[in-house]
Amino acid sequence: MIEVRDIHKSFGEHEVLKGIDATFYKGKTNLIIGQSGSGKTVFLKSLVGLHDIDSGDIDYDGSSLGKLGRKERKKLRTEMGMVFQGNALFDSITIEENVTFALSMFSGMAESERRDRAQFCLERVNLPDVGKKFPAELSGGMQKRVAIARAISMNPKYLFCDEPNSGLDPKTAIVIDKLLQEITEEFGMTTVINTHDMNSVIEIGDHIIFIKNGKKAWQGTGEEILNTDSPEIVDFVYSSELFKRIRK
Amino acid sequence: MGNYMVLLGRTFRKPENAKMYYRAFIRDLELLGLNSLGIVAVISVFVGAVVTIQTAFNLDDPLIPDYYIAIATRESIILEFSPTIISLILAGKVGSNIASTLGSMRVSEQIDALEVMGVNSASYLIGPKIAALIFFNPILIILSMGLGLVGGYLASLGGVMSIEDYTYGLTVDFDAYHITYAVIKTFVFAFLITSISAYFGYYVRGGAIEVGVNATKAVVSSSVAIIVSNYMLTQILLV
Ligand SMILES: Nc1ncnc2c1ncn2[C@@H]1O[C@H](COP(=O)(O)OP(=O)(O)OP(=O)(O)O)[C@@H](O)[C@H]1O
Ligand SMILES: [Mg+2]
Repeated sequence: MIEVRDIHKSFGEHEVLKGIDATFYKGKTNLIIGQSGSGKTVFLKSLVGLHDIDSGDIDYDGSSLGKLGRKERKKLRTEMGMVFQGNALFDSITIEENVTFALSMFSGMAESERRDRAQFCLERVNLPDVGKKFPAELSGGMQKRVAIARAISMNPKYLFCDEPNSGLDPKTAIVIDKLLQEITEEFGMTTVINTHDMNSVIEIGDHIIFIKNGKKAWQGTGEEILNTDSPEIVDFVYSSELFKRIRK
Repeated sequence: MGNYMVLLGRTFRKPENAKMYYRAFIRDLELLGLNSLGIVAVISVFVGAVVTIQTAFNLDDPLIPDYYIAIATRESIILEFSPTIISLILAGKVGSNIASTLGSMRVSEQIDALEVMGVNSASYLIGPKIAALIFFNPILIILSMGLGLVGGYLASLGGVMSIEDYTYGLTVDFDAYHITYAVIKTFVFAFLITSISAYFGYYVRGGAIEVGVNATKAVVSSSVAIIVSNYMLTQILLV
């Protein structure tokens, strides 16, 4: 479980996060939704400590991120997996090496074992045959899936995904969503996913935080979001013609 | 300057996994060291020849024996050309490579990805590069000295002076300390090139344009650092 209390983050004069409280539950897919530019990425990066927050507290199962020493923070990070919005694959090494990078660095696993693990993770994202290729040789959606394989390679306790299914076709997007939900439940991970895909919200929205203007404007489940009368949510969810018609 | 020191502090920490760092070291040795062999060789031979011809031209006096030309050539190559000029050329070649590689890893969030995994990105990305250059540049510089002198030999063959005078001159009043001095300088220059370029690459903010801008800054700053420290080291080591 991750508990976030009143976090603020500014870049210069521009305050992006204006005091957000949230709880992300273990074994659940926790979603953060909001318009482009609303601060989802900044929020996720603040959660993992890539951005230093100006004030507030982030608590990982009882240990406060800001109070951890260098070693403890490092240890916590080996329990995290993250999928970046732009994938952030290491472009000088192969897909297989990308997926096993953290294992090679930290696990002391034998090479054959690592290779098996890479193969297993790649199969889970439906990419069994790309291990020997380089990131630049894959399509954007395939790279995204490799990024997910890399993020789950260490069986993380905490999984963070920044728009894991943007750039994917609707079918693959659902496969990825389901995969994330499945492994979250299977391994009891605390998973936090940024998205603005309404399909994901309905399919895997166990717990949803809606961010608007740097604040939490709503929270609830995928079921509740369809029935709420909150004007901000209605405005966000029913922005497309399709959804407007469905609502009617 | 403060950030530069912080980055160095983070770079010199215990590696998470010696084997991974060693692999990075070998890769950087090839990319930043071996790949410079060609250009260093060509430049050294030609400059060695030119220095010999120019020295001969300037010492064209019946009272000065010809082998003095070889002594002067030898000293300029060992003391200054090989360690300093070659390091400046490497600052251009290797420095821009380091800065743009790290810069594009920064803007494509690869450095963030390392950090989230729990890897000390400064230490993993910069440490092996510093080690590779400090290890390999002295080898390059000694090779450059040898090839510079070969260049002088070729110039003598071309008729600048007699081969006997040239080879004799190379051995007269030879002080091995000058090579030590050159190697010490090379160590320092190698460290400056890598750490300064890494600094400009690591802290890029923005996109492709900023990567280019910082690669240029890296080359300019490391060249200036070489020139200034060259002066200081010479004061300390030779005077
Ligand atoms: N490093 C930074 N420096 C300055 N401003 C930043 C930085 N990162 C983000 N911002 C600003 O913070 C705001 C929120 O950006 P963020 O990337 O979090 O949006 P987002 O919700 O993830 O959008 P999208 O859905 O398009 O990915 C934007 O106005 C952006 O300009
Ligand atoms: Mg974003």
